[in-house]
Amino acid sequence: MSNSALITMILTQLFVIAVTGYFFYKVLTTPNKEED
Amino acid sequence: MSNDKQSWGTRVGLILAMAGNAVGLGNFLRFPVQAINNGGGTFIIPYLVCFFLMGIPLLWIEWSTGRFGGRNGNHCTPFILDNMGKKRLWKYIGVFGIFTNIAVAAYYTYIESWTLSYVFHSLKQTFSGLNQFEVAQLFGSYVDLNTNTMGIPFEPVIIYIFCLAINVYILSKGLEGGVEKVAKIGMPLLIAFGVFLAVRGLTLGSNGAPVGCTDCNAFLGLDFLWKPDFNNLWDAKVWLAAAGQIFFTLSVGMGTIHCYAAYVKPKQDVALNAMAAGWMNGFVEIVLGASIVIPIAVGYLGLDWVKENASFSMAFQTMPYLFGKWGTALATAAGFMWFGLLFFAGITSSLAMGTPWMGFMQDEFGYSIKKSAITFGIVTLIMGLPTVLFFKEGVFDQYDYWAGTVVLVVFALAESILFGWIFGIDKGWDEINQGADITLPKIYKPILKYITPTMLLIIFVGSLVLPKNNDWEKAFKEEWVFDESNSIIGQITNSDIKHNRDWFSTVYEAPSDGIITEVIPGEEGILPVIVIGEVPKSPLISIDQLNTIENTKQIELHNANDIIDVKPGQIIQAGFPIAQGWHVNPIFYRGFARMMLLGLFLYLAILVHLANKKRKLNL
Repeated sequence: MSNSALITMILTQLFVIAVTGYFFYKVLTTPNKEED
Repeated sequence: MSNDKQSWGTRVGLILAMAGNAVGLGNFLRFPVQAINNGGGTFIIPYLVCFFLMGIPLLWIEWSTGRFGGRNGNHCTPFILDNMGKKRLWKYIGVFGIFTNIAVAAYYTYIESWTLSYVFHSLKQTFSGLNQFEVAQLFGSYVDLNTNTMGIPFEPVIIYIFCLAINVYILSKGLEGGVEKVAKIGMPLLIAFGVFLAVRGLTLGSNGAPVGCTDCNAFLGLDFLWKPDFNNLWDAKVWLAAAGQIFFTLSVGMGTIHCYAAYVKPKQDVALNAMAAGWMNGFVEIVLGASIVIPIAVGYLGLDWVKENASFSMAFQTMPYLFGKWGTALATAAGFMWFGLLFFAGITSSLAMGTPWMGFMQDEFGYSIKKSAITFGIVTLIMGLPTVLFFKEGVFDQYDYWAGTVVLVVFALAESILFGWIFGIDKGWDEINQGADITLPKIYKPILKYITPTMLLIIFVGSLVLPKNNDWEKAFKEEWVFDESNSIIGQITNSDIKHNRDWFSTVYEAPSDGIITEVIPGEEGILPVIVIGEVPKSPLISIDQLNTIENTKQIELHNANDIIDVKPGQIIQAGFPIAQGWHVNPIFYRGFARMMLLGLFLYLAILVHLANKKRKLNL
């Protein structure tokens, strides 16, 4: 596997995993709002 | 509004259901094929740009308009859009938000039934010992009504109805008790199966490499998929492919997100939820989808084979054969996981497609959850049976083209204009921000108003006048020749069908130039067959070209007593009458499929009209 392909794959996949993880973390740690 | 009491049980359940709606077979099959055909690793740049400029805005538009509708007691698009647009037209544009779901569910459930059947075959080890051709042929036998692979008569129809019944049963349990439960079980299982297959694929080694390709392994496949080719970056074709992929992978423009979001409580967040669900779809696509089919296929079949054959059909026609190389036990487990993964990807989407109809019937006609689920099943069955019975005749493809492709873009374009320009971007922006658990970048306000609708307009116009071979450079610089099979104009005019253009005929015309190589007359139980050898184009075809035949086309006539008018060795030109007898031509099935879709739309429009009258009477 060439270096350019490896770097593109790792950077892209790490970015996607990090962003998805961040949003899920926010969802899990944000308390639900009270409804009237 | 008998529907007001339904809501999501948990926030995670809602996000998993929304992600399940978006995650479909395309994540595993469409994305990698699009990437390898459009610049490999470079494809990810336009892909992410389109996600930021079109995908995320559309997710916010649909989540927020859905919650806005739910707050006013509306759980599907006709009356949600009506409330936002204040003009009669919008509720009829909103009909698309129910129409698309039923039409797509009709054929999507059929694909789902294939996955279910292939789970069974994997466990039964049907593929064990079969060669690549035989595995591919098994799929052909499965969709053929005259043969069966499980000993069940009319197998595709029976399994299709069974699969639809599973959907109806789950839908009849309601949002929290049905859809959400399935999402909570199905999505983690889908990811677990995906991780297993990806890890197994990446650890293949070079043992299974085909003859002549000693370095073929999964990493060569990954190299092929991810190696950037920056020459493609400014090609319009690549950008249109990326925009199309983002659009279809997120399941926007359907009306399902509106419906799911309509059951979100008025003060609950939609901005963060939309991000979590949208990025989860991206994770499944970019991390898992890219690591299964292409790497495994290159590892066993080589790069050249994948370059020529990479397509959606690999899921059923190639993967079971490749799993077979892992030994019986692992092949059984891998087949179960692969088709199980596709089944969960499918059912979490098809369940979402059931909810707009159910929401509408509960809101407007006071149906119970159970009654609305059963009626969804009946309408979907009526729409879906032709796709099963006339699969080979192209009814399935017509549904996919019109309901599953063109209408989505039209609806998304309409809703983005409604949101940014008619409802008003200020009100819309407030709507997205209400109860938001994240701070939205202000740059998205002009993006929502100007860029997203413009991108959708470009996609629509691009599909309308798509040039031949997707060659935009040639179209702009030289001559614009429409793609007769895939452009909307080409489809409407059926310009890709040159001969046998009558729905029914008594004479069958040759579909192409060539030399008759074989004629098999019909007899009782056997249909007559004519084989045409296609030769390279030259001003005149001569018998000397017999040894230059590129490929052969086998034409099976419809009736045993059809009279064949040609002999082996005879030179024919396209349009030449080659047989006599009563024929139903493929163009008929196209017309039939389109009439079915139009009929569904009119039926739903009438229901919306009646619901509107009922609302006025109740005022």
